[in-house]
Amino acid sequence: MSPLHPTYRFESLVVGANNRTAATAARAVASAPGSSYNPLFLYSLPGLGKTHILVAVGNLVREVNPTAQVEYLTLDEFVEAFHAAVGAGQADAYRARFTTTDVLLIDDVQFLGQRREMQAELLRLLDHLQQAGKQVVLTSDRSPADIDLLDDRLLKRIAGGLVIDIGPPDYETQVAILRRKAEEKGVTFAEGVFEAIARLGIPSVRELIGALNRLVAFQAVSEVPLDAYKARVLIGGEDEASAIEVPQLEHAEVTVPAATRASEEMIPGVQLGQSDLIGGLAESDFERADDAWMGIEAETTSEYTRYEDHAFEDEFDSSAMLPGAGDESMDSVSGFEPATERHRPSGPADLTPLEEKPPVSAPRDEFGDFLSDLAETLARQVEPWRSRVGEAILRWEGEGFRVTVLERLLQAEEPREPEAALIQYEADAEQLLELRREALDLAPEMADAPQLTDPSNMAAAEAWMQRLRDASRPPSSPSDTWRLEALIEGTGNRMALRAALAAIGEPGTRYNPLVIVGGSGVGKTHLLHGVGNALLAQGASPVACVSAHEFTQELIDAIDRDSVPAWRNRYRRCAALLIDDVHLIAGKDRTQEELFLLFNLFLESNRQLAFASAVPLTELSGVESRLLTRLEGGLVVELPPPDRELRQRMIERILGARGGADADLVNYLAARPAESARAVQGAVQRVLNAADAGDGKVSAALAREVLEGTARRAPAPPAVAPRPVSGVAANGVRSREKMVWNWPGVSDRVIEEWR
Amino acid sequence: MSLVNYTAREITCKIVYYGPGRSGKTTNLQYIFGRVPDARRGRMVSLATQGDRTLFFDFLPIDLGTISGFQTRFQLYTVPGQSYYNATRKLVLQGADGVVFVADSQARRFDDNVESLQNLQENLLSQGVDVRSMPVVFQYNKQDLPADLVLKQPDLDEALNFRGVPSFGADALHGSGVFETLKGISELVLRKLASGAGVPA
Repeated sequence: MSPLHPTYRFESLVVGANNRTAATAARAVASAPGSSYNPLFLYSLPGLGKTHILVAVGNLVREVNPTAQVEYLTLDEFVEAFHAAVGAGQADAYRARFTTTDVLLIDDVQFLGQRREMQAELLRLLDHLQQAGKQVVLTSDRSPADIDLLDDRLLKRIAGGLVIDIGPPDYETQVAILRRKAEEKGVTFAEGVFEAIARLGIPSVRELIGALNRLVAFQAVSEVPLDAYKARVLIGGEDEASAIEVPQLEHAEVTVPAATRASEEMIPGVQLGQSDLIGGLAESDFERADDAWMGIEAETTSEYTRYEDHAFEDEFDSSAMLPGAGDESMDSVSGFEPATERHRPSGPADLTPLEEKPPVSAPRDEFGDFLSDLAETLARQVEPWRSRVGEAILRWEGEGFRVTVLERLLQAEEPREPEAALIQYEADAEQLLELRREALDLAPEMADAPQLTDPSNMAAAEAWMQRLRDASRPPSSPSDTWRLEALIEGTGNRMALRAALAAIGEPGTRYNPLVIVGGSGVGKTHLLHGVGNALLAQGASPVACVSAHEFTQELIDAIDRDSVPAWRNRYRRCAALLIDDVHLIAGKDRTQEELFLLFNLFLESNRQLAFASAVPLTELSGVESRLLTRLEGGLVVELPPPDRELRQRMIERILGARGGADADLVNYLAARPAESARAVQGAVQRVLNAADAGDGKVSAALAREVLEGTARRAPAPPAVAPRPVSGVAANGVRSREKMVWNWPGVSDRVIEEWR
Repeated sequence: MSLVNYTAREITCKIVYYGPGRSGKTTNLQYIFGRVPDARRGRMVSLATQGDRTLFFDFLPIDLGTISGFQTRFQLYTVPGQSYYNATRKLVLQGADGVVFVADSQARRFDDNVESLQNLQENLLSQGVDVRSMPVVFQYNKQDLPADLVLKQPDLDEALNFRGVPSFGADALHGSGVFETLKGISELVLRKLASGAGVPA
């Protein structure tokens, strides 16, 4: 496995039109591995940032989930590992290594074409990882269809995910890349240098960075700062390079070895391990920088030699000058610059003595020179604020912002206070960037929301952000009234209680998930909230403790408000997730899907999951098997109806709070069968109410009368207004406590089911 | 034509190379064509007769990229120099933002230069354009020929450039003065644009 390059992150990726789709898809994949585009296949010509994005996926996955298993390797490494494993008779270990990974990143898969056996291996692995909901990202220098001899099945698997190409960066992106890389290197250049380099149309980012390295190296040894013209000449090509004034060559000898020595002396930074000059570059970059410098050196040396040759030719020409061409002729063309290489009869310029010959005699980059001059002219002619607005449009458009306001400014012939409008726009845009960063933290998928792209509508952006903040609030916490200490342990519930304590002792690792199954009123909710409170007391925060109904309802609201990512994220940030009445997710596909994603995330990051269900898992229908198997994969404990021992201890506690009771009463009450703890509490309460209505004395006789209906009856409980009750789901619970009083609107249900 | 489009942030300049036949207008464009990177230039359209004389016109679009926030494009045209193609010259001259008058420096072509310059003024006038308001530069081509064959730049200036606009000696065949001329006319055109004469689309 190759280590992930730490600087290859989405933050350090300059996103332009050429790679926006790839970056967005990759970020989505990294934020929720296995859930969006699987596999993700990126392809482009070399040097356009495939590896950067690939590694950025790995880095972001680890950032979001530090325990996630991320494997990044090139296809060659993948093949080598396979061969080594097969050679050592450990092919199974090889497969186990990759099948247990959460995110598999393979670079340069174009070489698969020649490796049929690896195609079969990769196909198996892809199938396995996809089924397990694990993410695969592949890169190549060509599209899958263009990879020779690629197995059709593999092609179909890849096509089933998302295939995106990355184009060469456009001008604006190139300028942005150069600026960022120069900032990273801590180097500043004169105005216009980056623009001049970007205009050269260098197609590859790698070459662009190589060009920047050349500029860095050159500027480090140059006494005067590089200007746009020199930069362009330096990078522009072999011929143009000769036009650079390299004063150091005055001290260099003409012969190549000597010039090489001279250049080595001129760039001590490079020889000193580049520590000061090109800090932070990869080794290949150093090599490239060195090569680049050597290129300059070779060019300048050869040009120097060419100059000497020219001087010789000129000397020869002057001696062969046509008769009649004299001083007078030279005057006649004052201001006219003669051609460098003369094919017509020699002109007056040939009279120039050798020692006065200008040092630059090779052809210049006339078009580049013309462009530079034109840019200066235009900058002078166009009103300065228009230039600034034009540049601002380029910049903010590049950031993905709407620039309508600025465009209107440009259209206006004499707008009022354009400078102030520009300042305001840029301030708002900066503010939007802040909001984007906040949104990125709350819900990365929503950071590119259109509401955060219009600086002229900050009110809408703020309102949207507020909704996102609201949607990102932590979910419900466990109820403070249900604590573990209040639970009474008996023979029947001992296993469940002990299991809960063990899970609390080693949260996320011992029993994960913990599933509590039992009938209505046996204390599942109490135990679940008790677990949540205990986790909170241990410092785990926040702990989400919601009913499945609440969970679904929140999801529907989030769908309505188009804020599902934010809703999802609020759960993702929790230290533990506890869901009561989980059987109510039956038949709710979207809820199950979301729960499945959260489930995996919590499981992979060793965060505690706990569920309570009124229906045994084996009898649960309408729940996807992938979720059921995960629920069963932890520890399923049953909370049975309270046995006599438990009933007696409950009754003693309740009556004890009223000053105690006689043994007959306790025995009588404890002997009565009860399906739930709640039924026991209800029976005791009825007896106490009857006693309160009479003489206040609580006895076994009174209890018999009340509970068996033979004598005085306890006063009827306050009348409860009839409430509408909808039908109960097939697996629903038929007790009053589980009835849904506030049924969601039909439209909500329809939306949920349609989606 | 619209010179500056602020909405699209575009500047498009139409520059016409004018002058007598065989003075070197097409040569100017060919030299420029050879120096512009492939990605920056369009196809040079040249309609020539069998004897290499320009029959209709030459057209060379150049994309200068983004300058000061404006996508800048130059369209360079030549006109056929021969006197009998005047209708074509008028057509090409329409909507021009600037004119480069390419004069042949040879003494024996002096009258041709004068005649062509008069023709330029007439054609501009016929289109309602005052030559004084049109950016014009002079290029005195073939200055590399033997001195006894060509007129000196001051003489040519005195004879042709009575308004004192910028003028350049040139050897278009080998490129001397070609870009200087283009730069000269570009500056004039852009200066005119800045003075508010450019019409926003």
